[in-house]
Amino acid sequence: MALARAGRPLDSACNRAYNRVRLACISQCERRKGLPVELVPLLRKLSEATGVSGYEHPIRDLVAEEFGRYATSIRSDTLGNLIALVPGSGPEPRPSIMLAGHMDEIGLIVSHIEEGFLHVPGMHSYDERVLPGQEVIVHGWRELHGVIGARPPHVLAPGESEKPYPTDKLLVDTGLPPDEVSQLVRVGDLITMNAPLVELKGGLVAGKALDDRAAVAAVAVCLEELSRSQHEWDVYAVATVQEEEGCKGALTSAFGLAPDIGIAIDVTWAHQPGAPDEYTYPLGEGPTISCGPNFHPGLVKALRDTADSLEMDVHLEPAARPGGTDAWAIQIAREGIPAGLLSIPQRNMHTPVEVCSVKDIERVGRLLAAFIRALDGKSLDKLTFDLGLDETE
Amino acid sequence: MLLEELSNAFGPSGCEDQVRRILARAVRSQVDELHSDALGNLIALKRGRGREPRLRVMVDAHMDEVGLMITRIEKNGLLGFRVVGGIDPRLLMAKRVVIGGERVPGVILAPPIHLTKAAQRAQVVGVSELAIDIGATSDAQARECVHLGDYATFATRFEVLTEGGLRVAKGKAFDDRAGCAVAAALVDEEYDIDLALSFSTQEEVGLRGAQVAAFALRPDIAFALEGTICDDMPKKADVSPTTRLGQGPAITLMDRSFIADHRLVRLLQETATQQGIPYQIKQPGIGGTDAGAIHQSRSGVPAVALAVPCRYIHTPVSLLSMVDLDNLVRLMKAVLHSLPEGWTG
Repeated sequence: MALARAGRPLDSACNRAYNRVRLACISQCERRKGLPVELVPLLRKLSEATGVSGYEHPIRDLVAEEFGRYATSIRSDTLGNLIALVPGSGPEPRPSIMLAGHMDEIGLIVSHIEEGFLHVPGMHSYDERVLPGQEVIVHGWRELHGVIGARPPHVLAPGESEKPYPTDKLLVDTGLPPDEVSQLVRVGDLITMNAPLVELKGGLVAGKALDDRAAVAAVAVCLEELSRSQHEWDVYAVATVQEEEGCKGALTSAFGLAPDIGIAIDVTWAHQPGAPDEYTYPLGEGPTISCGPNFHPGLVKALRDTADSLEMDVHLEPAARPGGTDAWAIQIAREGIPAGLLSIPQRNMHTPVEVCSVKDIERVGRLLAAFIRALDGKSLDKLTFDLGLDETE
Repeated sequence: MLLEELSNAFGPSGCEDQVRRILARAVRSQVDELHSDALGNLIALKRGRGREPRLRVMVDAHMDEVGLMITRIEKNGLLGFRVVGGIDPRLLMAKRVVIGGERVPGVILAPPIHLTKAAQRAQVVGVSELAIDIGATSDAQARECVHLGDYATFATRFEVLTEGGLRVAKGKAFDDRAGCAVAAALVDEEYDIDLALSFSTQEEVGLRGAQVAAFALRPDIAFALEGTICDDMPKKADVSPTTRLGQGPAITLMDRSFIADHRLVRLLQETATQQGIPYQIKQPGIGGTDAGAIHQSRSGVPAVALAVPCRYIHTPVSLLSMVDLDNLVRLMKAVLHSLPEGWTG
């Protein structure tokens, strides 16, 4: 989930080779049916992969592999969105639905190098208080493991530990001498958290980038479900880029695909100490369906009805103003697209220990699949606004 | 590698069992006696070849690490904790831990930045407001695998970061598993003196293991081996680095717990110079070691502390140079070989 809609864009001059449409056509992937998605290994793979906003190429290759199992064509667009088409069986021209889960993650960037130590400026995506003492991967000339060092309590001035860690003292240490660091690392290189996925009790997982790779996994579950039955509409499964920097990927992919319906899948805040109950939802007790100006009321109702038909627990998440997810961009693409949002409750969002329930992820996949299976030639009629005119008048 | 095994082992103060077992296995075949005492210290005696009465040399390294203790199991299944030893509370949010005998994985909660006001971000969250999430949804569920009083450590794994040069490694608990690794490496040679190794408990909560070990061992002289503060990253103010990584073992002249015996300091400096082993003097006045307890045992014991410089001790992950560590082994072996002649008392 994006912290701010308009963020500072990363230096696009550095978007090197990946921007070539190398996945232009893995097309005609063999569509494999009936292989259940093993969620924990998939989440591990997706969570541990690298893909900071604007630099999504490593994660994109993994998503291509995963979505490719179910798609007839896979491509990436100009901004790097990964787009998989799972065609429906209805008569042409077929309506289409776009599923958008963002594959980018938050990260840090080297601002300058001092005596071999890397300075990382305060980034607006992290609460800096979680950073000291974390392990990181520096994406320099090659990958370097390092730590965000924290001074031992013995040397702190009296009262120093009562104030938050100053961001100018957040230094990344790779253990290398200054001359080697200057050969391997440049200002502008990216840093991600070195945070292996951990399985907790109760079917929970903790890791980095589960905002929003959990949604990418949910879409994979949906595609797998769809591969075992018929559906009429075309499905575009999109792993979007640059959501954390202003939903840029959703904006361009929704324009490019011009779907009839767009559903964003993201994470939402789960109950936890320090987070107000008003904005948080129970973990492991089902996804949320958002309502509010950002979301088409007919679509909200249809999603809720689908959950009811599956006897699935869901929570309604009111959002008083648009923003924060890819649904913000989808809704206002072209002449407007009915947009919906399903969210997976998550604790510790925007930290290296984002916690999700595997069951919630699987539920989102099933809910999406059931919703898509029910789409037919009349579905769009339900998404019109009633003008209140009496036909006899 | 012994250091790797020791660093990854679970052993906050008072719960050193896993470390003790690793060390017992590591030194068993090379020592004459091996036992543990009432506080859990692991004592290994290696008799010398010299004529009796032989000089009795105590070499201490503490097995315990800083960690957490579970002090509260909440109705919602979250775990409250306190710190065992000195940990800066600012380093706890959003860290991975393992808890208790079953090594249950957990994470320390951190509220999402989206729902945190700027004023809150300017505040340090105290230990009493933090909680560990193990995935339990009720206290009953939590109690199936975690109990009040269980210890927890950071879930950090050892890894060599640089193969060449200083051979830098990262891991947790280098204070004082680095000292343990050095002490354990001393037993593969024969000395003229009687060598008494004390792998001590409870250093981080008041040097308690070393105090009773020194009483029981009645050493003539003592060396405390440590992983010590290395605060050598760039800083704006002109603050001492305490020690520097890769500049050799650090000799303590004075810290908050004791003043080193000046004869032992000179012996170490002379030996290092003769052998061409680099060393550095630790900035005086900072920290404390088991030497603080040992030097005032019974009627007093001449003592000195020596350490491997370790960046970021008492935090979830620290760094050391394995070249420094090897040099400390070399220096200690050379000093032990120089005894008893080198010690004039």
